[in-house]
Amino acid sequence: MHWTQYLPPLIEGAWVTVQLTIYSTILGAVLAFAFGIGKLSSNWAIKAVSVAYIEVFRGTSLLVQLFWLYFALPLAGMAIGVDLRLPPVVAGVLALGLNIGAYGAEVVRGAIQSVHQDQLEAARALNFTPRQTLWNVTIPQAVPEMMPSFGNLAVQNLKDTALVSLISLGDLTFRAEQIRNFTQDSTTIYSMLLVTYFGMALVLTGLMRALEAYVSRWRTARS
Amino acid sequence: MLFGYEWDLSSPLAFAISILPILLTGMVVTIQATVLGFFVALVLGLVWAVLKAAPSRFIAWPARVVTEFIRDTPLLVQLFFLYYVLPEYGIVLPAFLTGALALGIQYSAYTSEVYRAGLEAVGADQREAARALNFSAVHTFTHVVVPQAIPRIVPAMGNYLVSIMKDVPVLSVVTVLEMLNVAKIVGDRTFDYLVPLSLVGALYLIMTLLASGGVRLLDTWLPKQGIPLK
Repeated sequence: MHWTQYLPPLIEGAWVTVQLTIYSTILGAVLAFAFGIGKLSSNWAIKAVSVAYIEVFRGTSLLVQLFWLYFALPLAGMAIGVDLRLPPVVAGVLALGLNIGAYGAEVVRGAIQSVHQDQLEAARALNFTPRQTLWNVTIPQAVPEMMPSFGNLAVQNLKDTALVSLISLGDLTFRAEQIRNFTQDSTTIYSMLLVTYFGMALVLTGLMRALEAYVSRWRTARS
Repeated sequence: MLFGYEWDLSSPLAFAISILPILLTGMVVTIQATVLGFFVALVLGLVWAVLKAAPSRFIAWPARVVTEFIRDTPLLVQLFFLYYVLPEYGIVLPAFLTGALALGIQYSAYTSEVYRAGLEAVGADQREAARALNFSAVHTFTHVVVPQAIPRIVPAMGNYLVSIMKDVPVLSVVTVLEMLNVAKIVGDRTFDYLVPLSLVGALYLIMTLLASGGVRLLDTWLPKQGIPLK
């Protein structure tokens, strides 16, 4: 087989990888904000849940989490009489999103804490409620601070999607494995695979830079 | 039965206790792979850092491209590459060594940045002082720059050690019998994945909490020894 014949299945797999990356990054971002803000909550129950989530998902391996959701969760569901069998794509997105969300939560927490105390005092002097302060003062200033770390995490997430091939999800790595099993042409296929991931990472880095410029535009507009 | 230990399926707790020695056997392999991978990452990362800091751009630029490439491609794919492509060129390594090498190569891209930051943190005045004392370039590097850079890089390196530990389960795909792989085999044979996989998660949590506790201890201990970290 000529190497160009590998392209159609690889492109098909690459599209699955792109979708996985998008969905799990969005899920991760939502979780990151929820639990990052939750960790700073004055309500001890919300704080405890947030800390537990962050520690568990940062403290264990992603592959362990993925296998747990895919192999162990259905058995846990059976024990309590609920059908918790997840399709591979749901298990994959869930594991990736939960994992990256825990790392993101620490980034969100750090960025929120970096907002200057004067700002909060000013908001208070203007009689803002805590909620208004959070949404109108803290978050808009914290988001640009988060973006460089979020960019790194997005690339990290893209790389981690390769692991879902191990629960038989037809992503880029899975397709490449299939072709290799068929042709035994390891050098070509894995070189193509590495280059494709590298290209996707470069595009993703570019997109995250653009997003960073977009959410930071108020900074340049003011000066 | 695995590694000579029988399991007891009478209750989940009895099952968990009976497979603990099996998982601990896997944990030993996990720790060995972590240590070896970390060692490779430390050595190779220093090589990248020195190359990236080279005065000639014909050395620095390729080194930058290579480390960026390593950093932007998945560990799993790099592992497959090493495991299936190297033998085609006559280099046949055991799965464990290939895995540790893959971990080391992936993380060398990250450690090289830590070295770079650590080396840059040593002020130019230090180099000038060494020069005024007539130190040679090599002597300056080994006796002035490195001793001051090391304490600054220790905490960051510790964090990467923890990251490497969490990536070791990836090696299970090339038949390395680390903790997750062992748990999966137990699950395959007993049809009970819940207990072994949950136990692996719990053991991982303990390992990473201990390791990050150690890093935090270094973080507070080093400044007390008069070695600033920032």
